[in-house]
Amino acid sequence: MSDTYPVRVTVNGAARELDVATTETLLDALRWDLDLTGSKECCAEGECGACTVLVGDRAVNACLVLAVEADGLDITTVEGLGAGARLSPLQDAFLETGAIQCGFCIPGMVMAAQALLNQNPAPTPADVREGLAGNLCRCAGYQRIVDAVLLAAEGQA
Amino acid sequence: MTASQIGVSARRVGGADRVTGSQRFVGDVRLDNMLHVKLVTLDCARARILAVDTSAAERVDGVRAVLTAADLPDPMPRFGPVHQDRPVLAVGETKFHGEPVAAVAAETEEAADEAAALVRVTFEELPAVLTVDAALDPGAPLVQDPCLRTGPHAATNTLRGWDFGWGDVDAATAECVVEQTYTFPMVTHFAIEPHVFLAAAERDGVTVWSAIQHPYLLQSGIAKLLDLPIAKVRVIAPDPGGAFGGKQHAKFEPLVAFLALRTGRPVRLALTLAQTFQAVRRTAYQVHMRTGFAADGTIAFQDVECNGLLGAYADIGVRVVSKSTYLMCGPYRVPDARVHVRALLSHTPPATAFRGFGTPQVAWAVESQMDEAARRLGIDRLELRLRNLARRGEEIVAGDKPADGDWPESVRKAAEAIGWGTPLAPNRGRGIGVAVKSSATTGASYAIVRLHMDGSATVLAGTSDMGQGARTVLAQIAAEELGLTPDAVQVVMGDTGMAPFDLQTSASRSTVFMGTAVLEACRDVQRQVAELAANAFEVGADDIELDRGTLRVGERSFSFAELLVEAFAGVRGEVIGVGSRRGETVLTHALGGSPSFYEFNCTAVEVEVDRETGELLIVKHVSVADVGRALNPAHVEAQDEGAAIMGLGHTLMEHLIFDEHGRIVNLGALDYRIPTTKDVPLELHSLLVENGDGPGPYGAKGAGEGGLFAVSPAVASALTEATGAVIRELPLTAERVWRALDQQS
Repeated sequence: MSDTYPVRVTVNGAARELDVATTETLLDALRWDLDLTGSKECCAEGECGACTVLVGDRAVNACLVLAVEADGLDITTVEGLGAGARLSPLQDAFLETGAIQCGFCIPGMVMAAQALLNQNPAPTPADVREGLAGNLCRCAGYQRIVDAVLLAAEGQA
Repeated sequence: MTASQIGVSARRVGGADRVTGSQRFVGDVRLDNMLHVKLVTLDCARARILAVDTSAAERVDGVRAVLTAADLPDPMPRFGPVHQDRPVLAVGETKFHGEPVAAVAAETEEAADEAAALVRVTFEELPAVLTVDAALDPGAPLVQDPCLRTGPHAATNTLRGWDFGWGDVDAATAECVVEQTYTFPMVTHFAIEPHVFLAAAERDGVTVWSAIQHPYLLQSGIAKLLDLPIAKVRVIAPDPGGAFGGKQHAKFEPLVAFLALRTGRPVRLALTLAQTFQAVRRTAYQVHMRTGFAADGTIAFQDVECNGLLGAYADIGVRVVSKSTYLMCGPYRVPDARVHVRALLSHTPPATAFRGFGTPQVAWAVESQMDEAARRLGIDRLELRLRNLARRGEEIVAGDKPADGDWPESVRKAAEAIGWGTPLAPNRGRGIGVAVKSSATTGASYAIVRLHMDGSATVLAGTSDMGQGARTVLAQIAAEELGLTPDAVQVVMGDTGMAPFDLQTSASRSTVFMGTAVLEACRDVQRQVAELAANAFEVGADDIELDRGTLRVGERSFSFAELLVEAFAGVRGEVIGVGSRRGETVLTHALGGSPSFYEFNCTAVEVEVDRETGELLIVKHVSVADVGRALNPAHVEAQDEGAAIMGLGHTLMEHLIFDEHGRIVNLGALDYRIPTTKDVPLELHSLLVENGDGPGPYGAKGAGEGGLFAVSPAVASALTEATGAVIRELPLTAERVWRALDQQS
């Protein structure tokens, strides 16, 4: 076994301490050590966006960050987006527009969309297409996903 | 009484779990004490295995088993849905890039990885058959050992052959004959959820976890391989994170089952995305087509030679080839037809089902022929299709099920929506394509509906909800019949230990087959409720009036819940209804049975061509689906939209590229490329035709595949209108388009 290092992170508002291997990704730490399985693994090389989480306000592929690099960071996963049982307006918009089919890409998609809205509260359809270009969906064909983000933005305006 | 639940765009059941991340997919399943499995593969497609040395791997700390062919029963257990030809591990020879020679189970993924790299395989690379031409070469090496096979083709690379047709093509006359060859490459499903398999020896049997579309076929397949009673094999099938046909049949479930038995520990194998590319792909087609037309555009004959390129094992690809080419004449009236078909083996990943089940490949050829004929005859492409489309009741295969919808209605709707015939801007063109797919022919679905004392209901149905929304639609049907809202219905699926048998989730069959089973089970519940009421009130059955969730006895009206409390007072209980829908096998039919319905689609596009780069911009995309009746219109449209974009993927960018060693060189999301938000049409419209003429509940037909059937010919036809360039190979990449334009100038 490789050496482990202690890491302190804030995940969904709670301080967490972890012992992580040097080879372990942030995605593995979230999914296996913290049992936050909402962040999904697909390509594991930063090409699909299924593992998107927020670091601060920014969208990050958790598969491309080593867990040791996350020391001191403030991380939000899809589990932290709503308030308890209540969905966030963005999550509700995904349900409203019928943006979800199998749903495997949706946690990453929602987090990328949240990062987009954090930076640009009133995006155009082209802005949304650009902002979500790193998140692959194979079921839904994107149209309703883009609609969901625009709907959520309208609701915030 | 509640409002009708049918034809209503109810929100997706399970949607909230997906948007919060609480939905547990198979990759999220954790078993106590489980081992992690890694595969040992070679760096080429075909190789003779000379020796496998596992000693170094076994010494790695944490390794609990290194499994090779020598550790499995002799002869090697083989499996497959049609031919049982696929070994649990390669024996003697690997036959495609990625086929495992050994598997390691260890305490951690890291240890398994390290050990897998230390398994030393001595091998000799052998020449591989990678193309249709290579497979047909009489001097080609045989992909499968002839001793595994019987029949006239055993000593060739033709796994199966079929000859379909009617009339006399040789005697048919035509004013215009179009003769061309079309190719459709291998493409991969790329479900965003990679394949993950778990197994555990439990009690006196085995439990397997897999996001599989057909859990009951997996259950019986594993039982056969392990020589266990079906009852001792349990398959838990969490909702797949996308499947598209790629998760229909067993891949590595047998391997993990053997490993679980050997180690006595639960085991987990998660394929990487690259390994998933090597595990599942669409059947590649090469279609040579000679089509005769009268001067007015009426089709005179179709004369076709079609070669479907399978991989090293038959999987269900062999059925893809026969079932799709059975409808090789498309949705048209064709007086004389001759269709010669082969399913060929090659040293490539096993071809399997992929949304459309061969129909996009067939439509690529059929519709491109129609467009070429229209150009030669000077007939409008829309008009040519309307002239030849089978009308309701007319046959598209002599002697078989006639057209079961108003297909011209779909075509006119698409033409109107795309603005057919209106002026076009420079470098723009339009295309229109139609296609028809045979739905499920045979098979059984069973459902159990439990009406609880408070009037809510649990539906047990073995369908897999892979994103198409089966849970939602089945909940809507039960809600409709029992006077509930969908949120008072729990649909239990994904566990062979809990829900009764369902043959499969494929061929857009679930709404028709399982939907009918649920409907029947609800009606069984209603009958029993009426009997309970008759007994409770001491009246005859004729005195009970049932209306969905309520019943009237004379002047008095009761909800089902009120009646159950009355009838079951004291001991409590529930009403259990059972329903089924069976399509029996017809031995004399070439497909084992007639299609239960046809899935018909018309797709029309407007495309802008960038002459400098060869890039195609889809300005507008219209898909019209004839669905009989949409039980949940938003779900149907969303499925159709998704299919349309998937169709743009294989039309514009997707293909697996092989090197001379038979290795796929574009393994991975960036190198392979599927559509992103930046590749979608500027406008996308999904339109429905609802004439209530389907065999499913409330007149529904199956839906969800049609949107990708005819995308490729429609886009190619638009390219031709815009530029004159004709391309007969997919995908229509910018490079290929640019070269075609460059050749013109």
